[in-house]
Amino acid sequence: MASKNYQPDPKNMPKNHGGHPSGPGSHGYRKPKNAKKSLKRLGFYIGKSKGKLTLVFILMAISSVAMLAASYFLKPLINNYILPGDFAGLARALAVLTVIVVVGALASYLQNKLMIGIAQRTTNTIRKDLFAKMQTLPLKYFDTHTHGELMSRYTNDMDNIYMALEQSLVQLLSSAVLFVGTVVLMIVLSPLLFLITAIILAVMMLISKKLGGKSRTHFGQQQKNLGILNGFIEESIEGIKEVKVFNHEQQMKDEFYELNRNYRDASIKASIYAGVIMPIMNNLNNVSYAATAVFGGVLTVMGRFDIGSLAAFLQFSRQAGQPINQITAQLNNVFAALAGAERIFEVMDEDSEIDLGQVRLIELGDQQQERSWAWSDGQTQTPLLGDVRFNSVNFSYNGEVQVLKDISLFAKPGQKIAFVGSTGAGKTTITNLLNRFYEIQEGQITYDGIDIKQIKKDDLRHSLGMVLQDTHLFTDTVMGNIRYGRLDATDEDCIVAAKASGADGFIRRLPQGYQTILRGDGANLSQGQRQLLAIARVYVSDPPVMVLDEATSSIDTRTEHLIERGMDGLMEGRTVFVIAHRLSTIRNAKAILVLEHGQIIERGNHQELLNQQGRYYQLYTGQHELE
Amino acid sequence: MIKRFYPFIKEYKKYLILGPLCVTIEVICELLMPYLMAKIVDIGIPALNNSYILHIGIIMAILAVIAIAGGCANMFFSSYAAMGFGANLRRSIFDKVQDFSFGNIDKFSTASLVTRLTNDVYQIQQTILLSLRLLVRAPLMFICALVLTLSINPRLASIICIAIPILLLAVFLILRRAYSLFATMQRKLDDLNGKVQENLIGIRVVKSFVREDYEKDKFQQANDALMRAGLRAAGLVIILFPIMMLILNGTTIATIWVGGNMVGTGLMGTGELISFVSYILQILMSLMMISFVLLMLARSKASANRIIEVLETCPDIVDLPQTKVPTENTQRGKLEFKNVSFKYNAESENNVINNISFTAQSGGVIAIVGATGSGKSTLVNLIPRLYDVSEGQILLNNIDIREYPLHALRQQIGMVLQKNVLFSGTIRENLLWGNMDAEDREISKAADAAQAEDFIKSFPESYQSELGQSGVNLSGGQKQRLCIARAMLKNPAVLILDDSTSAVDSATEANLRKSFYEDFKDTTVIIIAQRISSIVEADKILVLDDGKLVGFGNHQQLMAENQIYREIYYSQQEVID
Repeated sequence: MASKNYQPDPKNMPKNHGGHPSGPGSHGYRKPKNAKKSLKRLGFYIGKSKGKLTLVFILMAISSVAMLAASYFLKPLINNYILPGDFAGLARALAVLTVIVVVGALASYLQNKLMIGIAQRTTNTIRKDLFAKMQTLPLKYFDTHTHGELMSRYTNDMDNIYMALEQSLVQLLSSAVLFVGTVVLMIVLSPLLFLITAIILAVMMLISKKLGGKSRTHFGQQQKNLGILNGFIEESIEGIKEVKVFNHEQQMKDEFYELNRNYRDASIKASIYAGVIMPIMNNLNNVSYAATAVFGGVLTVMGRFDIGSLAAFLQFSRQAGQPINQITAQLNNVFAALAGAERIFEVMDEDSEIDLGQVRLIELGDQQQERSWAWSDGQTQTPLLGDVRFNSVNFSYNGEVQVLKDISLFAKPGQKIAFVGSTGAGKTTITNLLNRFYEIQEGQITYDGIDIKQIKKDDLRHSLGMVLQDTHLFTDTVMGNIRYGRLDATDEDCIVAAKASGADGFIRRLPQGYQTILRGDGANLSQGQRQLLAIARVYVSDPPVMVLDEATSSIDTRTEHLIERGMDGLMEGRTVFVIAHRLSTIRNAKAILVLEHGQIIERGNHQELLNQQGRYYQLYTGQHELE
Repeated sequence: MIKRFYPFIKEYKKYLILGPLCVTIEVICELLMPYLMAKIVDIGIPALNNSYILHIGIIMAILAVIAIAGGCANMFFSSYAAMGFGANLRRSIFDKVQDFSFGNIDKFSTASLVTRLTNDVYQIQQTILLSLRLLVRAPLMFICALVLTLSINPRLASIICIAIPILLLAVFLILRRAYSLFATMQRKLDDLNGKVQENLIGIRVVKSFVREDYEKDKFQQANDALMRAGLRAAGLVIILFPIMMLILNGTTIATIWVGGNMVGTGLMGTGELISFVSYILQILMSLMMISFVLLMLARSKASANRIIEVLETCPDIVDLPQTKVPTENTQRGKLEFKNVSFKYNAESENNVINNISFTAQSGGVIAIVGATGSGKSTLVNLIPRLYDVSEGQILLNNIDIREYPLHALRQQIGMVLQKNVLFSGTIRENLLWGNMDAEDREISKAADAAQAEDFIKSFPESYQSELGQSGVNLSGGQKQRLCIARAMLKNPAVLILDDSTSAVDSATEANLRKSFYEDFKDTTVIIIAQRISSIVEADKILVLDDGKLVGFGNHQQLMAENQIYREIYYSQQEVID
């Protein structure tokens, strides 16, 4: 009788292991280090659909038994009805068989249907958790991991998990059931004949194990080469403009050819080893079939076996090898999935940003402006003013190189403080400490007198407006990108902000004005235009403290001049930290701090610093020495 | 589509013939098995002829060994052909992309080019591999098994002939619908990946605006959409399986009924009936294989189209049939714009660059100033033919730049782009991009001129420091200076700096400028700058406004006669007074 295990199950075919190009250093394939642990955690996710899963197993059992029964049915069919010529009995028996077959097919369909649902929902949940976790990771994590590496968690690894859930889980179990069932029924039919089958099965298992291991090794090699190749492709395409400007096409091609060849050779080996398993197994199965036919024939001749049993046994001997193939193939999938799950869980196990802060920001009235810090005791309230102090702050990114040394400074509400210094002096780092992108090692930073570690991180950041050195925009309308600053801002609010930041002009010239959709991080805008939008975005958010990190570096001075009033309006009444190379933009700051090698070497206002004739004076006159 | 991809597999033509040949051998051997088995049951057993049974058994064993050999050989050939094909295809696309102009690249976007080179090629390679393995095997098995059933009993075979069209129709209907469902799923997957990517890039923005929950919501929408699309697509495909099972088993039951009657009336042997049932299995199995390959083909059709799109794009900037090899002439670096106009898109109405003419003498320093979006970068991009002018011409050393071979033209031009890219590898390797044959002395000189030597030497491994993830992290200003050093090492006739010192502090920038003026006397330098102070010394300053040249002269002249220039100047100067 036809069995499910006979077909070239589409699900067993080699599947896409190409996946997303992973960054250099992250290779798609790796043996799971702690399979048991990953399995357990994966089990937790699947366990959420426990009820359905139980149903799946029941259905799986029904369809397996139906399959075995259908094959076994050949014996009574031939012996009891066909050979004696009992056609009425044959008709009855066939009717029963039809019922068995229909039930089996239905059970298998329902089981698949349920399993797809479970697999989809499980991966959906894992993906959701992974993304949520990603949002809580500290910036340090993103500094030390490539985007490609993280992306491949969402693509490759998630894919492998889905595949394993959708097929391997059930297939593994049903193969096991079928294998045991087949063996038992074969022994029932003829223990003697089963001996022959057993020998060949043992050989098959041995070969399957041997080849399987070899194929896994080569597959690992292939994935490693693929990782390198994809990494190179990614880098060379991202930098293609550089390649062209430097006439480097040929060198890139040569390097690519070599990596391409390496991958090809590795993949040929992997594919051969994976491929030959199939014909070897199939034909060994045929050998088993032949041997059974011969010895079964001889036994029948000797009168110790009957034709009906022989027919059923032959059917079983064909099927017996199939579960072994299945189990080999599915185990590969399961291992790939576990390795993927392990990588995903690795990300989930990373430390989140530390946020032990208890002090919350509360709104006093309907007005955004009237806000206050509320302490966790529920009693104390501190008005939100924007007073920021650094007390002897030391900081290092990696624990080795001291990036900031003994930084102390204060900004009273409404004051404008500027940082000046050469590239790499630590200006941006200071602002990154204020919003706790990174945690300081020593010293203290306070906001309105409260240690920022005591403030709930979200609220701390709500009270800070940042225009960052690198502007990033999102796939959304221009309006949506401005509204990113405050989600409940009205269209009018956004337009006011755009006007104040000088972005209104170019926005209106865009094809759909404010409704123009920006794609690919605002790729179609110039750097200067992106900065204008970033400023508008902060304008909308209306924070008491603002950080402008080279916010206008790509805006030409004439435009900058035009938006100056808007910028002044934006800064008015707020504590502002400014980093700018253009010293002209910071001349009116309350205090200017000159940084060098992570230390404040000079401080004072513009005039004081000029009179001091120190580093600031050099920088300032250096800018003008050519005039 | 086959025609389009054939050239990439042509190299493996002999495998394409040998592979199917081996499959044929394997299939025939395999299919003879049930036939021989029938002989044992119908002739050997009734005649009680043990030696006949053994004889047939040995033949079956030999056939199995031959089948293994044939099967393995096919795996071998198909692997070589498919992987070789993949490598060839990948190489062609890579070569093609290397020849693309900036315009071509902008059209595709680099991210999508990467996907095409990686995922799409992989998809097709795997499809070819499967097709090579199954697309001959399955139909062959189908035909042979059908022929054998017909030879055993034509009347009984008619049952199969009814079942097959029904099955084919079901497969066809399901696959046709599945194709569009899979396409939808792929789109949803792209959306989801886009969301993740965007969050990775903009993580600082997300965090500083505390938009984690907002982003999670957006992500979950994409995530749910993907799940729904996945459920629909997979839900349809699984119908295929029970339908096939039912038809297959229905056919078997009908066969046993009709065949059983025939055995009863002596029209057919029991063994023949058993082998007949085996063949039905083979026939249906091969049909499933075929439908599976069709499904794969349907799924990779989208990938194939995306690849063809790349392959069929003609680079818009290519060498003229007759190019002039540049001679070492006296006017190294003389640059002339003659009525140059440019627009990115031939259909758009407005020129980005509008009728600009000027001349830069050899060794001069030309500065370009103008508002954001006035066309400064576009103008300099025209010089190394990153884009081609729409009207007018650009002359380098009195020869139209389009008459040079591209390679030779770009060899003469050093350019530092606004958005710098360095590659993984050591600092030294990156600098060598400028000149592969540079000696250490020259490298050091260029680095020194670009004000980069000090910080390079401050790294423990100096020039051998690895860049990127595993190596030293550079600040924006340091990156810019490395890029300038790289361009300087080229010792170009024309050096273009597109706002390349924006992240460099003023003092360093002043030093940099000094080396432009002093060390590169015979190089024509074109500087785009924000700060007037950076360019007051320039020989000539171009003032751009909305793509038009509105001022040309030195600082003094422009101060005297150009309103816009004065405005820019004063916007930066008022601080001094």
